[in-house]
This record gives sequence, C-alpha cells and structure tokens, in this order.
Amino acid sequence: MGLITPALGLFVWTLVAFLIVLFILKKFAWKPILKTLNERETGIANSIASAEKVRLEMAEMQADNQRLLQEAREERSIMLKEAKDAKDKIINEAKEQAKAEANKIMEDARVQIELKKNAALTDVKNEIGNMAVAVAEKVLRKKLDAADSQADYIRMLAEEIKLN
Amino acid sequence: MLKKSKLFLATLMLVFSAFGTTFAQEEATQHAEAPAAAEAHHEEKGKLNIKEIIFGHISDAYDWHVMDINEHPVSMPLPVIIYHPEKGLNMFMSSNLEHGHVAHEGYQLVTEHFIHERKEAGATEEELAALESKTGKIISLDGAAIKDFSITKNVFSMLLSVALLLVIMLTVANKYKKNGAMKAPSGLQNAIEPLITFVRDEVAKPNLGHKYMRFMPLLLTVFFFIWINNLLGLIPSGANFTGNIAATAALSLVSFIVILFSANKHFWGHLFNPPGVPLPAKILLVVIEIISLFIKPIALTIRLFANILAGHIIILSVISMIFIFGAMNQAAGWGFAPVSIAFSIFMFCLELLVAAIQAFIFTNLTAVFIGQAVEEGHHDAHEHGIDHAHSENELVL
Repeated sequence: MGLITPALGLFVWTLVAFLIVLFILKKFAWKPILKTLNERETGIANSIASAEKVRLEMAEMQADNQRLLQEAREERSIMLKEAKDAKDKIINEAKEQAKAEANKIMEDARVQIELKKNAALTDVKNEIGNMAVAVAEKVLRKKLDAADSQADYIRMLAEEIKLN
Repeated sequence: MLKKSKLFLATLMLVFSAFGTTFAQEEATQHAEAPAAAEAHHEEKGKLNIKEIIFGHISDAYDWHVMDINEHPVSMPLPVIIYHPEKGLNMFMSSNLEHGHVAHEGYQLVTEHFIHERKEAGATEEELAALESKTGKIISLDGAAIKDFSITKNVFSMLLSVALLLVIMLTVANKYKKNGAMKAPSGLQNAIEPLITFVRDEVAKPNLGHKYMRFMPLLLTVFFFIWINNLLGLIPSGANFTGNIAATAALSLVSFIVILFSANKHFWGHLFNPPGVPLPAKILLVVIEIISLFIKPIALTIRLFANILAGHIIILSVISMIFIFGAMNQAAGWGFAPVSIAFSIFMFCLELLVAAIQAFIFTNLTAVFIGQAVEEGHHDAHEHGIDHAHSENELVL
C-alpha cells in the first residue's frame, strides 16, 4: 500500500522545513510575542494591584481629611467659646473698673464737699465769731461802763465759750 | 409583517443561489476530474474508476494538477530532484516525464500505462510486482536504488504554508514589538493571541508545570504548522500534506527526539528499573515500557495522518456518489447531487473543526509526553508499585 509507506523525500523535506520554521519562529516570533504577553500580563496585574493600593490610600486620605475637618470644627468651637468668655470677662472687668472708678470719684467728691463744707463752716464760724466779737465789742463798749455788770458778762461769756 | 416575509424570501433566494453556485462549481470540477483519471486508463476508457480518482486526489504527485478544461489538464509542473548513487544529483521539471509516457535522463514515472507496456513487452511477474508497488513513483531504468527528493505537490504545498506561517507570525511579532506590552492587540495580532495563550494556558502549563516556557516554541510551531497545513489541505485541489504518513512521521520524529532529550533521570529510572516490582514482573514491565515509549510517536503519526486522510476520502467519496449514480442513470446522478452536496458541505464543516482539533491533539499529546519525561519524582507512586501518572496518560493514546 502506497499510503502507509512513508516517502523519503517528503519526510526529509518536512523535517528540514519544520526545523527551519521552528528556528525562525522561535527566534523572531515566539520569543518576542511570549515576552510581550508576559510583560503585559505582569503589567496588568501590577496596575490592578497599584490601583487597589491607590484606592486604599485614597480612602485613608479621605478618612484623614474627615478627621482633620472634625478636629478643626472642634477647635473652632472651642476658640469661639474662649473668645466669648474673654469678651465677657473684659466687659465685666471694664464694668467693675468703671464702677470702682465712679465710686472713687464719688468718694473724692464727697470728701471734697465735706472739706469745702467744713472750710465753709469754719469760715462761717469765724465770720460769726468776728461778727459776734464786733457785736460784743459794740455792746461791750456801751455796757462796760458798769463795773459789776461787766464782770457778770465776762463770766457769762466765759461759760458760753466753754460750752462751745 | 410584509417587510419580514419579504426579507425571509430574499434570504431564501440568496441561500438557494449560493447553493446553486457551489453546485455548479462542484459539477465543473468533477466533470473535469473524471477524464483526468480516465486518461491514465486508456484501456478502461469510458469506465468510471472511483478508486483511481480518490487515490489521485489524496496521493502525492510530481505536478500540481488543478483541473482539466476540455480534456486539457491545467497543472503546474514541479521540480524533480533525484539522487542517483552513480550519477549524483539530477534536477529537471516534472513536465519532462510527460505523465509516464516518456523516460527522461533514464528516469521513468511508473503508471498503470507503463506497467501495461512492460507487461506486453514480456516482463517477469516479479518485475511487474515490483513496478506495481512503485506506482506513482519515479524509478531509474538502470535499476539503481535512487533517492527521490523531489519538490512534490505535498512538499510544494508545505512550502507555501510555511511561507504563509512565517509571514503571519512575523507580522504579528512585529506588531508586538511596535506596540509594546501595554497596548491592546488589534487585527491579526488579536486573532493569533488567543491561540497562543490557549496553547500556553491549556496545553503547556497543565502538562509541563513550571518548565513550560522551554517547550513553548516547539508546541506553538507544531500547533500552527499542523493547523495551517490542515486548512490548506481542505482547499479543493489542494495537497493532502497532513494526510500523508511521511509528513506526520517527520513531525512526530521531532516530538520524539524532544521527548527523549528532555527526559530526566527519574523518567529513565522508572523506565528501566520500575521501583517496588518483583523481578519477573519487572522484566515484563521494562519491555512494555520500552514498547510504549516507541508507540507514542507512532500513535502521533498515525492519528494525524489517518484522521486527515479519512476526512479527505469521505468528502471525495460523497462527491463521487454523484458520478456513480450518474454512470448508472443520468437522472439518478442529478437527483442525488443535492444530497451529496449537502452531505459534503457538512463534512467540510466537520473537517474545518477536525483541522483545528487534530492540531490541538498532536500538540497536547506532545506536551503530555514531554510532561511525563520531565516529571519530577513523586513518592506515593513507589508505594503502589505502579506509576499512576503513566497509566492515566496511557489512556489518551
């Protein structure tokens, strides 16, 4: 049977052609193709991994931001409260100070008034005294003509002075 | 509704017209082919010899015969290269042999016609028997044992497919180099890439483990070489390269050599000294193992060759039915034609599938055999005495 007896020529040509094709394709086709495929696959795997990493980082950053925002908010409210307290304190102090100042001024004024009053009273007393003396002098000049009445009068005067 | 039925009618008509064209073409080819066979049979003129036609299609030839137009063969002569032990290398075109009618430089193409001539010239029975076994081949008239390295139809077809394969793969490889790793594949590259990754992920990795990269070039080349040749063989009037035992034998020889050279100590150890087996069984086992080692490439050879050859024979037989019926009665021939065409279209579709499947099987089995040869020792097999991996894979044969 011709079909199952291999022909030498075809056998040899096939062998030679196949080996040449194998050599050429190995060198110029399979190696670059498989290398590129490998690179692409590792590249894709890396990209996915790094995307996942970036996603996690983003989530982390977002959480951080949220936390910072929260902290800032708290700080702001604390600051506001402090400011309010300080304002109240300053106002109160100012009020207190003003009150004290007012009191002091009043006190001073009173003292001044007292002083003035006393001075005025003294003046009035002196004036009255002088006027009394003048009156007395005038009276005396007229009455001292009688000796005994003079003596009585002096005595009365002396008593009066003591009482004052 | 109306639009739909119109569309349906148009489709129907298109299908029928396509059917008609195929039918007409097949008719033309077949009508042309019948006289070609008859030509070789002057003594049987007028009688249809189906066996001759089919064997004419599936056998190798020294010229590429496409068809006959008005009994004139349209064929391309191919170079004949012969090594004669005394005369050295001889090269001439096959057209010089004139289909066995004339001897050229002492070389003769053996045909039925030539055998008939020799018979009439009074050749001995032995000589006739020797000639009979050389039908379709070239002999030297001085009786020398010549070596025939002609570029036959199969060789030529293979060289065409090799050129095609190189062009396709080098184009694709260039695209990979140009586009770099991180660009999506496109065009031809996109068509080839899934096949390459298929061979890598479904054939090489499962069978060869982490050593797969070493054998990838061989597996890829085997796969694409066989597939493209299978497909070229399906083209009407194409050559039957992968359906030729010499071609598949050469391919499996390559596989066999790779298997032998990649085999490790563990493989040879198990082959010549199966562990845990009593001596008498061991001798038997070694003999069986050695036989099985050689059966592997033989099985590869025969599987591919027989599958492709059978497919071709079936398609040719189905087409020939038209002419068998036609020879009995012309009406019967015409009547059977649609059935025959429908069946051969089905067979063509099947053969397209088989072309890919056989390429895959050859590649996969090569990978399996290499995988067995490079397999590292596993200890539980020693306890059972018989290697499990072997018995499992032997079934695939």
